[in-house]
Amino acid sequence: MVTEENPKSEILNPKIRISKLNVWYEGKHALKDLTLEVEHKEIMGVIGPSNSGKTSLLKTLNRLNELYPGCRTEGEVKLDGKDIFKEIDKHLLRKRVGIVFALPLPLPLSIFDNVAYGPKLHGLKDKSKLKEIVEMSLRASAIWDEVKDRLSSPAFTLSGGQQQRLCIARTLAVEPEIILYDEPCSGLDPISTLKIEEAMRELKKNYTQVLVTNNVKQAARVSDRTAFFLMGEMIEMGATAQMFTSPRDKRTDDYISGRFG
Amino acid sequence: MRRPFEYVIEKAIFLSGAASILFVALIFIFLLKEGLALFGEVNFFSFLLGTNWYPISDPPQFGILPLILGSVFVTLGAIVIAVPLGLAAAIYTAEVAPRSIRGILKSGIELLAAIPSIVLGFIGIIFLAPLLKNLFNLPSGLTALAGSIMLAFMAMPTIVSIIEDAIVSVPKNYKEGSLALGATHWQTIYRVILPAASSGIIAAVMLGIGRVIGETMAVLMITGNAAIMPTSFLQPVRTLTATVAAEMGEAVSGSLHYYSLFAIGIILFIISFIINILADMFLNRSRSRR
Amino acid sequence: MRDTRRYERIAFNLLLLATLIIIAPVGIIVFIVLWHGLPGLSWEFLTAMPRDGMRAGGIFPAIVGTILLTIGTAVFSIPLGILAAIYLNEYAERNWLTRMVEISIINLAGIPSIVYGLFGLGLFVSFLGFGASILAGSLTLAIMTLPVIITATREALGSVPNAFREVSFSLGASRWQTVRGVVLPNAIPGILTGTILGLSRAAGETAPILFTVAAFYLPRLPESIFDQAMALPYHIYVLSTQVPNVSLKVQYSTVLVLVALVFVMNLTAAYIRSKFRKRKTW
Repeated sequence: MVTEENPKSEILNPKIRISKLNVWYEGKHALKDLTLEVEHKEIMGVIGPSNSGKTSLLKTLNRLNELYPGCRTEGEVKLDGKDIFKEIDKHLLRKRVGIVFALPLPLPLSIFDNVAYGPKLHGLKDKSKLKEIVEMSLRASAIWDEVKDRLSSPAFTLSGGQQQRLCIARTLAVEPEIILYDEPCSGLDPISTLKIEEAMRELKKNYTQVLVTNNVKQAARVSDRTAFFLMGEMIEMGATAQMFTSPRDKRTDDYISGRFG
Repeated sequence: MRRPFEYVIEKAIFLSGAASILFVALIFIFLLKEGLALFGEVNFFSFLLGTNWYPISDPPQFGILPLILGSVFVTLGAIVIAVPLGLAAAIYTAEVAPRSIRGILKSGIELLAAIPSIVLGFIGIIFLAPLLKNLFNLPSGLTALAGSIMLAFMAMPTIVSIIEDAIVSVPKNYKEGSLALGATHWQTIYRVILPAASSGIIAAVMLGIGRVIGETMAVLMITGNAAIMPTSFLQPVRTLTATVAAEMGEAVSGSLHYYSLFAIGIILFIISFIINILADMFLNRSRSRR
Repeated sequence: MRDTRRYERIAFNLLLLATLIIIAPVGIIVFIVLWHGLPGLSWEFLTAMPRDGMRAGGIFPAIVGTILLTIGTAVFSIPLGILAAIYLNEYAERNWLTRMVEISIINLAGIPSIVYGLFGLGLFVSFLGFGASILAGSLTLAIMTLPVIITATREALGSVPNAFREVSFSLGASRWQTVRGVVLPNAIPGILTGTILGLSRAAGETAPILFTVAAFYLPRLPESIFDQAMALPYHIYVLSTQVPNVSLKVQYSTVLVLVALVFVMNLTAAYIRSKFRKRKTW
């Protein structure tokens, strides 16, 4: 495991390698000179107060920030060694790098069609295969038992927590390699939050995950390593246990103990 | 991976977007094609400023000033009627009317907009013209005034809905601030809300003018069709639009008369172009305040 | 203080008066048309051919002509209008070209209907040689209706929340897949409403069809799109201004048919709009 204490360690094949990434939105410098690696099948937690660049980071990883007209990017991001801007088609990239948004955003379709939407985009037409994938994805996001009898009812009839797990299933259905979470549990009750955190731990077996969260305790519970961002800069990154017991930077310590944020 | 169908449809989308520019250009070009032919034989200024429109006499005269003035009279009259009424109705609907009947009022105004102009013209000749004839003791009720009244009603839905939009989008804190200082609702309306909505109001007036200048059938039926220099509202007049509609049926294709009607079309196109661009500017100013 | 209250009350009453002045005529006109037109309506009137220079018989060809023209307008303007709106709302960037397109649409919307008639005459009837025909009339009406359809469709597309688009893109969809899968399906009610309203306007227009298609007395149905046709608005115009000795009842009844047609279309559009608003889940 690589930590800041051992910078000379050879980093062989990280899943994601970010080098000197800078992102601007309409002139505002949202991410400053970021260098970071994410390992295969780890959960990387990203914490920090609002406007620290956490969401910008996520939306750069799947090039979703290109939807915003005033956005400019400089620097390099590599997925499995390939440059995501120059060597990977952005639609394929988004298939490989899935995202779960902060508010549950079911499409105005049935539960089944929500999950099937993604695979259909990429050409899957076979009805039985679609059923398989939908079931698999709903099981993996720990919601299958609750919806298996009403797959054709509209998605908005589910509760907030269920909708969010549906969104996770929807992301899983395109069979990504990486899952990004943008404050997925904000606004959810503690039980739903727990269920989602459980799901994340299960998903670790097969997926690399990056979790942006406003809830410091959640990062402590779930992530293997954690990065702390402040005003667009990454201040510190390391093994979660170490970060939370003895952070090296005073600002990290202040944020984690709630002195600001 | 991107299928060929998607490529084709995206090309179709881009072309469709550009189509509007193409159509405007086409319209202007075809108007020019037939209209400019007039000016080979007729001096442009005697066309624009000549006071005699006798296209079928021998020799023909093509002065459109009486027609321009006819349009101006009718338009002015219509706006004088439509703007105060429309403004009042917009204020009432947007600010004063109880919520429950607001929907009915808006539907009523929409319904007025839905009536085809030919129907309004028809009603006009049956009811309005005789009414005016009796009221003012005229030889005929088919006058500029009749046209102005009829057209005012046609322009009002446009005027009302744009002003209403502008009023509704005045930020609520302007209104709340004024009321908090002790002003009455009415004082707030005319001192704060209306000034704030002024760009929208100007845009509404311009679009109303555009609507009225462009109207053809109702004016044709109700303004009396006398292509002479108008001196009062109680006279029959002829507008630019009505002239084209009335005479194109008789004009021989390729004759000077034919070209002259297209030349009138050019004038109408340019007038509406200017009005619409200006109105759009004011509408944008109104919208950017939101 | 009492004075300002009194002014306010007077002012508000005047406003109400103005509003009633505008709206009352609608009711009055509808009433008059119904009152005078209903007695003349009969099955024969609606389905028979005109006879005796239009003094007897029915207006069937005019009804058919108006319907054919409306269909023709729809065929030419709806696909083009929807695609253009998709371009403006989903694909176009904020640059000078887009601005020009928007200005063009605004201008098309404001061009006087008689100028469209001249244009149709110049381009479709003469230059392209279609002659006075359903084809020429439909094309002319279609270009006139285009801005209405584009504007209504743009609004409908714009009302679909951006979040849906973002979700679709995040799953790897291309722009067209997103438009087709998420945006269009949710914009259909708004598009339908705007389209029907636009077509109802086209059905009631006279000036654009004066020289491009309309004939007054054609006691037979059109046989091809290159034929001329009768149409209700033009029919009303001629009946009330050019033909002597036509009974007022016939005129009113024809007006009633046109008004009924236009109102039915408007009510349908309003119904779709309100039903959709109730069912919206976002």
